[in-house]
Parts: sequence; C-alpha cells; structure tokens
Amino acid sequence: MIVFNIAMRELRSMFLSPLAWSILGVVQFILGYMFLTQIDSFMMVQPRLAGMEGAPGITDIIVAPLLGNAAIVLLLIVPLITMRLVSDERRSQTLSLLLSAPVSMTEIVIGKYLGICAFLTIILAMIALMPLSLLVGGDLDFGKLLSCLLGLGLLLGGFGAIGLFMSTLTAQPTVAAVSTFGVLLLLWIVDWAASGGEGSTYTVISYISLLRHYEPLLKGVFNSTDIIYYILFVITFLVFSIRRLDSERLQH
Amino acid sequence: MSNHILIKADKLSRYYGENCAVNDISFELKRGDVLGFLGPNGAGKTTTMRMLSGNLAPSKGQIIINGVDIIENPKEAKAELGYLPEQPPLYKELTVNEYLHYCAQLNRIKRNNIKKALDNAKDRCGLAEMENRLIGNLSKGYQQRVGIAQAIIHSPSIIILDEPTVGLDPIQIREIRNLIKELGQEHGVILSTHILPEVQATCNRVQIINKGKLVFNDEVANLAKQVKSSSLIIGLHQPPTISELEALPGITSVERLQDDRLRFYYGNNPSPAEMLAEKAVKDSWGLYELTPDLVSLEKIFVDLTCKEPPVQ
Repeated sequence: MIVFNIAMRELRSMFLSPLAWSILGVVQFILGYMFLTQIDSFMMVQPRLAGMEGAPGITDIIVAPLLGNAAIVLLLIVPLITMRLVSDERRSQTLSLLLSAPVSMTEIVIGKYLGICAFLTIILAMIALMPLSLLVGGDLDFGKLLSCLLGLGLLLGGFGAIGLFMSTLTAQPTVAAVSTFGVLLLLWIVDWAASGGEGSTYTVISYISLLRHYEPLLKGVFNSTDIIYYILFVITFLVFSIRRLDSERLQH
Repeated sequence: MSNHILIKADKLSRYYGENCAVNDISFELKRGDVLGFLGPNGAGKTTTMRMLSGNLAPSKGQIIINGVDIIENPKEAKAELGYLPEQPPLYKELTVNEYLHYCAQLNRIKRNNIKKALDNAKDRCGLAEMENRLIGNLSKGYQQRVGIAQAIIHSPSIIILDEPTVGLDPIQIREIRNLIKELGQEHGVILSTHILPEVQATCNRVQIINKGKLVFNDEVANLAKQVKSSSLIIGLHQPPTISELEALPGITSVERLQDDRLRFYYGNNPSPAEMLAEKAVKDSWGLYELTPDLVSLEKIFVDLTCKEPPVQ
C-alpha cells in the first residue's frame, strides 16, 4: 500500500515538472522519424520481397529495428529520468521525510522503482502505438511484437534499476545521470571486447552485456535465461540501493 | 503516566571522520516535557536531532523511543516520532493538501481518518486558507508551518522540532510557541533553538550543548539557582556616594552603570529592595526605578559556552 503511495507521488512529481512531458515528446518524435524511415525502406524492398520464398515480414523489417533503435535512444534518456529519484531528495533535504516516517528502506526503494517503472511503461506504450498503427494497412506477427516489447520492457527495467542505484549514491542529480549513462553504455558495449576472443573470461564478459540478452528477444526467440538475467539484474541493483540507504541509518 | 519515559538516549556519540560532533550525551524525555535544546552554531544540536529521528546512525550509544530501539525496530519507533528538520522537507511542486495527504499516507494513517488528521493539522498550524496553494509559492513562514503540520499529522507521542521559529514573523512566532506549549501537554516535545527567550517562553526543561558535550541539563525553573550573585538595578536622581551605599547592610558591592543607574550586588543575602526603597524615601535620593535584575538564560548560556570568565 505504502509502496504504491510512494510510487504515485514519484510519478505525479515527474508529470508536474516539464521534464517528463518533454522526454515523452522528444522520444516520440525521434522514434516516429525512425519509424517512418523504416516504412520507407520497407516500401522500397517490398516488390522484391513479394517474389521471395519465406521472406521477412513487416514485423521483422520495421518493428524489430525500430525497437532496437528505441533501446539506444532510451539508454540516453533514462538516466535523465532516474537521476532525480533519490539525489534530488537528498539535495533539497526532503529525504528526511521518508527516513523519519515509519517506512522501511525496502518500501522506499521499491516504491520509487515502481514509480519509475510506471513512467517507463508509459513510454513503452507510446512506442507500441507505432507498430500497432501498421494494422491499418497490414498484418503483424503478434508473437514477435510481444517478444520485442517484452525485451524492451525488461531492458528499461534494468536501466531504471541502475539509475535508481546511481541516484542513491550522490546528492547531485547530474552526477547520478552521468554515472548512470556511463554504466549503461559500458554494459551495452562490454561484449565488443569479447567479440573475436575465446575462453571463459570472454564468455563471462559477453554474458554480462545488456545487449546480448536483448537481441534474441528482438528476433522473437524467447529464452527464459534472458528473462531471468534481467530479473536478477533488477533485483541486484534494488538490493544495492536498499543497502546504500540503510547504511546511513545503521551503526557500523 | 506523567512520568512515562518517551526518549531515552544513552551515551550517544557521533563522529564525522575524525571530527567528533556529539560526544557521549545521555538524557531522557518524559511525557509532558518541552525540552529546549540550546547551543551555539556547530554545537551538535542538529546532529543529535537527526540521530533521535532515526535519520542518522549514532557512532556509539543507544536510543530507545517509547521502549523500542530505533536501530533494531525502526518502523515501530518511527511511528511515535514527528520530526521537523532544520530545512522543512517539502515537495515544492505539490499543494499543501496534496503534501499533507502524502505525509498522512506515509505515516500509515487509515484512509478513513486521513481527512480528519489533515483538518486537525491544518487547523492547528493555521493553514486552512492556504490548503490549495503550491508549497513553492508560500512564504517562508507558511512553509515552516507546513513543516510543523507534517510533524504532528499522525499525533506522535514525540515531536522533534529543529529550529521551528526560524523565518517567522513575531506574531507567527507567538502562535507557534503557543502551539508548542499546547503540544507539550499531551506529547513530549524536543525543540532546538539558538534563541534564548524562546526556551524561557516555551520549555520546562533546558539542555545546553557545547562542542558536542552536554554542559547543562535542568528544569528552567531551577535556572535561577545556578547563578551565584544576584543584583538589583536602581535609578536615583540624587544618589549618595558609592562608598556610602556599599556600607549598607546586606550589600556586597555597588557598581555605577553607564546611564547613571546603580547595580547592587547582594550575594546570598535576602533581597534588600524593601530596605533600599525605605532608605531612598527617607533620605530623598529621588528614587525613580527599582528593578530586580533577573538571571537570564543568556548569562548562563554565555557562562557555560564561553571559556572567558563571566563578567562580574
């Protein structure tokens, strides 16, 4: 109950500042442009596809690349949403309201995380509208579409968890944003180092990569290890955040 | 249950790195107490308050709130606490009503009782007309009131107020002081301040803290006994010589003040006021003022917190 109250307050405050609105607007605009260029290129190759046996459909040609690009755009955007979560409360000293209320750190962290998840769900729903608009003139592979959206949702969940943790570390929202961005980018490209190499170190490093687990879902391959990877990822960073907030309250 | 102990702080210490902000402080707060926490800047008042409210861990020591250890059972202990930090924790983008509603939810007030709690808090802090204004647009004084409303919304048994009257106008200060006194009747209140008359006006107990140490802890009523020499201030139009006055019985010394008034010290003797008045009339000294020089908290405060010897 209290968790939802905290989440609602978080979401409300986001929409009371222009930040949330401008983020929604910008993301929608850029992805809309990408979506249109994808449609354009699909129109160009369509005559050739018509003659091919087992040719890729519009879900493969339009939706999967669109959501792949969306992941990159949101990698840049999510740090801006999560940066305020705790660090802004620390800076404006409103954190003590939560800390002196009969609320546990776990409830605070989960509440804030749910708040951010609600916002990310709104973004995801807005993005989902674009592929769905294709239903006007064609058919979609709903299995693949759902798999893509699930992948993006899980990925955003991971982004949010890292952003929340980074926000608990500092009293400066910009520092939180920059470090979140750094960590996300590193986790994105970490498998570049692994590409071409062999051996267990390379396997482990490439396994950590956020991208590595997103790509199969974009192709419509639903593998439970990928899902579990994201869930573990989220839980790990939420536990880190709880520990971090608790460390100020507990005796060392 | 007037002697019920609400807070028991035992040997609290807090270090920031090498720097010791609070050093081995122990005290108790009983129901019905209004405890004034007094100290110069940087004495450790806010650190102590933050520890009591569960915002900051003590490096050493233990805090028992209503019989519950705040570190082991934070949720249970914090339910009994209302805390107003030095800077009120306000979400500036919310209206007063929205904010207080959120605070009520955080303090786990039942849904049916929220409205009543809100009305009560707004009423007590005089916020009724401001309820739909954005907190960010309110004046400092009103923001401070919202902060106090937030601390009392769940009628906690302990209310901790860190400099509650900063930034208020004199009328608001009086209202807040009355509110604090009123709260002190049913709750235990801890109040930190550097304004000395405030302690005399509102508190029944006072603690003075200096450089992290508790240097004074007693009832306000006992303050007078703390200071050894007492004095009277007398204004005379035709004063006799100082030596003549010093020869009077019960007077230890006489000092001429800047504005030609005289200060009589009488040590531990009973007050010579009556005797002086009679004498003044009999010898036509032209008496126009006779005031007992009350021991001020300020004097004790300065004596206790400054190294230099008290001015005699």
